[in-house]
Amino acid sequence: MSKKDRLSGNEAVANAIRQIDPDVIAAFPITPSTEIPQYVSSFKAQGKLTSEFITVESEHSSISAAAGAEAAGVRAMTATSSAGFALMHEMLYVVSSDRLPVVMAVVNRALSGPININNDHSDSMGSRDAGWIQLYSENAQEAYDNMLMAHRIAEHPDVMLPLMVCQDGFITSHGVENIVLEDDETVKGFVGEYRPDEHLLDPERPIGVGPYGVSPYYMEMKRGQTEAMCRAEAVIEEVSREFGELTGREYGLFEEYRMDDAELGVLCIGSSAGTGKDAVDMLRARGVKAGLVKLRVFRPFPAAKLASALKGLKALAIMDKTDSFSAQGGPLGAEVRSALYQTGVIVPAVNYVYGLGGRDVRVETFEEIFAELEKIADGAPAEAFRYIGVRER
Amino acid sequence: MIENRMEGINEKSPWQDMTVGGVVLAGGNSVEFLTGDWRTQTPVWHPEKCKQCLMCFPYCPDSSIPVQDRKRLDFDLDHCKGCGICAAVCPFDAIEIR
Repeated sequence: MSKKDRLSGNEAVANAIRQIDPDVIAAFPITPSTEIPQYVSSFKAQGKLTSEFITVESEHSSISAAAGAEAAGVRAMTATSSAGFALMHEMLYVVSSDRLPVVMAVVNRALSGPININNDHSDSMGSRDAGWIQLYSENAQEAYDNMLMAHRIAEHPDVMLPLMVCQDGFITSHGVENIVLEDDETVKGFVGEYRPDEHLLDPERPIGVGPYGVSPYYMEMKRGQTEAMCRAEAVIEEVSREFGELTGREYGLFEEYRMDDAELGVLCIGSSAGTGKDAVDMLRARGVKAGLVKLRVFRPFPAAKLASALKGLKALAIMDKTDSFSAQGGPLGAEVRSALYQTGVIVPAVNYVYGLGGRDVRVETFEEIFAELEKIADGAPAEAFRYIGVRER
Repeated sequence: MIENRMEGINEKSPWQDMTVGGVVLAGGNSVEFLTGDWRTQTPVWHPEKCKQCLMCFPYCPDSSIPVQDRKRLDFDLDHCKGCGICAAVCPFDAIEIR
């Protein structure tokens, strides 16, 4: 039996970890993800978790310990944010190229500087090319649900890649919401046991993990890695379908909200989608054909399906909670435009950089964006990118 | 005997034949990596000066001084990196670095 509870996003993720009961957890505290290992260690102290909990001296070590545990053939998890995430950067590449399906809870926080503890997506977006699957969550429920699906995706034989479940720092990590928790047995049954084909602790079948990749092999190995990411899209859809049948909560690569006949569309990631949906409802009540797409899966990037969802629009806002400093906007803007180009879909689009370092995004912000989209749909020129929610002279 | 499950995977193999994550499905195979070609200087053993004290053999960081029946043999130049430690520890000047 599932049960209703009131939990913060961090509590929800910690409960998912308790139910998954991985073999190893290695973590180092950093705001705003600190509570996750804190709650998990409490569960361990209360005997509600059998995991080996390794306290380490840095995030470079927490991800390394998780990598070592996975190479030894067990399930390993960690959690981090911002600067801690950045300290893992090198190891993120090692974990993905060694094809170790580590699952990590990321609580998104601005990456310095200036130093700031509040939410934006500059930490995980900064490592978007590290070879990890990235799932983003709108609220505590989605953070919990994404975590329950994570191992099934990461450990799938077609995939074998690490996966991060991201949620917005403080906005969802510390905001308390009503959520539905599945019962422990249901979760254990869905997640299942992990028995990798090869691991380091089998004396009958010795292996070497993480060998030096000399030039005659390196590129073939990277080609295999990218193939796994290509296959991940179908696996994410398959696991999400099965999760939907089990819980009644449906997930895809992205969520389309009132998009059927939409002419003006907003594409965003994470908690802002909830605010955006309110704005869409208000505009719809006024007769504006507004819609919203919330991207759940950023890696692999569902280019063809996303372009297909956006193709009927007369104007599109692509919202990035980070700036790539490419002088062209953010990563979502670049990748969506690439997807549209590749599929021959022409939609006038503005890439908005918003919500940096915890800057509030409100219903009014979305109304302002939709008002601009209306003008663009009527023929006004679309700026390539611009900041919104910033003080300007 | 450790089974070598890497047969057929070589520098001509297509990417589809690589192991997942480049895992080496075998053990005890470091001998296959010929580190001798890193060498810029080469040790030369003079058996006529050598007293077979075996000081050199435990000092060699690359296990490149084979020992048989309590006597050292000539250098394994496939793996010797030419570090010169053996020459430095030899009490009888029986090893020369060229």
